[in-house]
Amino acid sequence: MALYSEKVMDHFRNPRNVGVLEDANGVGTVGNAKCGDIMKMYLKIEDDIVKDVKFETFGCGSAIASSSMATELIKGKPVEEARQLTNKAVAEALDGLPDYKMHCSVLAQEAIEAALKDYESRQEE
Amino acid sequence: MIYADNAATTPMSEAAINTMTTLIRETYGNPSSLYEFGQKAKEVLEQAREDTAALIGADAKEIIFTSGGSEADNQAIISAAKAGALKGKKHIISSKFEHHAVLHTLKKLENEGFEVTLLDVHENGIIDPSEVEAAIREDTCLVTIMYANNEIGTIQDIKGIGAVCRAKGVIFHTDAVQAIGHLKINVVEENIDMLSASAHKFHGPKGVGFLYARKGIRLANLIEGGAQEKGKRAGTENVPGIAAMVTALKEEVANIDKNTAHILPIRNKIIEGLKEIPHSALNGDEERRLPSNVNFCFEGIEGESLLLLLDDKGIAASSGSACTSGSLDPSHVLLAIGRVHDVAHGSLRLSLGEDVTEEEADYIIKAVKEVVEYLRGFSPVWRDLVAGKTQFIL
Ligand SMILES: Cc1ncc(COP(=O)(O)O)c(C=O)c1O
Repeated sequence: MALYSEKVMDHFRNPRNVGVLEDANGVGTVGNAKCGDIMKMYLKIEDDIVKDVKFETFGCGSAIASSSMATELIKGKPVEEARQLTNKAVAEALDGLPDYKMHCSVLAQEAIEAALKDYESRQEE
Repeated sequence: MIYADNAATTPMSEAAINTMTTLIRETYGNPSSLYEFGQKAKEVLEQAREDTAALIGADAKEIIFTSGGSEADNQAIISAAKAGALKGKKHIISSKFEHHAVLHTLKKLENEGFEVTLLDVHENGIIDPSEVEAAIREDTCLVTIMYANNEIGTIQDIKGIGAVCRAKGVIFHTDAVQAIGHLKINVVEENIDMLSASAHKFHGPKGVGFLYARKGIRLANLIEGGAQEKGKRAGTENVPGIAAMVTALKEEVANIDKNTAHILPIRNKIIEGLKEIPHSALNGDEERRLPSNVNFCFEGIEGESLLLLLDDKGIAASSGSACTSGSLDPSHVLLAIGRVHDVAHGSLRLSLGEDVTEEEADYIIKAVKEVVEYLRGFSPVWRDLVAGKTQFIL
């Protein structure tokens, strides 16, 4: 039995939306190198729509796949929908993660939350 | 496909497979039975014991067969602890980077009132015998230090440590699971009182190993039941497995010089090749290490993703990353030699087989370079390091 589902391996091998978004207006970083996972999400929001999104991740296969899947799930969606993205939705879209890797999907959710928070605080300024 | 995880386990040798399958078919008797079938098996078993003993300079009476390295470690440590406790000696010396079969057994003893000193292994992964000497107390009943480390391959001065223990009258056990069959070992010359070995690390079968215990050392049994192994290890003996282990060990010991001569230059080539990767570091002493072992940390990446991508390229290796162990902490071995969490997560162990080729070495170097560079390409940690926002550690 393989460690990860085909979906996880696909997103790990061919991560979508990977890289830096130079004109992002919301950026969030979560995790720390001590624990072995760091995710950075870049959002470009226009008219309350996530027009573009990119990520950078330091972490294991499921961390990379979770970031990749999370970006796919919110790209082109209204901000309100992005805000409601749960780690469960990320894990399900990946056809599941091993129990001890569920925290990777949590990190993906938190990275998006952090990026949205950054976007909001920039709007207030 | 390049199998570079021989420290995890090795493929069985053809000779060992042959011994095992032949015996499974033909010599299935129970060695404890008095009829011919049983006595045949008994003969095979006792011959295996003599051969095993001869390969390490011991006497056949000093060998008991076990289910592997873990059991041998457990039994050695528990035996010395029990004997020590009878004399009021409840202090044990070991090192910070032992295998968990040793460390967890020591933990258990600690909970039962023993005091354990874990020696520092320094940046190079080597303990000086004088440090062992300095740690020995009146109430020390055991020193247990591994012969060669399973992750970074560093080799201890076993003879020196043994001499110190002998002079102080303290029992010395060594977990030689990674060393036996790959390094020349003689328990008498090296002052070893107890030694653990596991067949699957030298091309024998899994689930078989042995414990050498010098004459005069009282063993406590972990498994109660029959009178097998002089009453020190109950259970009908795995005769085919034991005999196959000895077949494999004989072959390995006979070929140590030849194998080392072949593997060492190839291993060194890989080390030199990987050193070219910026912000990387070899883990463990460069000279005093197993000929098959390569272990590096690469800054800015995580080990599990490195392993998965190497697997895609047909290379089977391992890592001390937390993500490969299912725990939050990276390898205790890497932490013990002073690698901080941030870089310990980005480690790679290659443990080469004796049949590794120059071409495979070239391929490994190229593949690792590519994968490290690729992963660094979208690592936020690497980005911050390169941008000067954080300091490079390696
Ligand atoms: C140093 C060391 N000790 C003990 C063991 C355990 O041996 P076994 O798998 O035979 O129980 C291993 C193997 O994982 C090892 O590398």
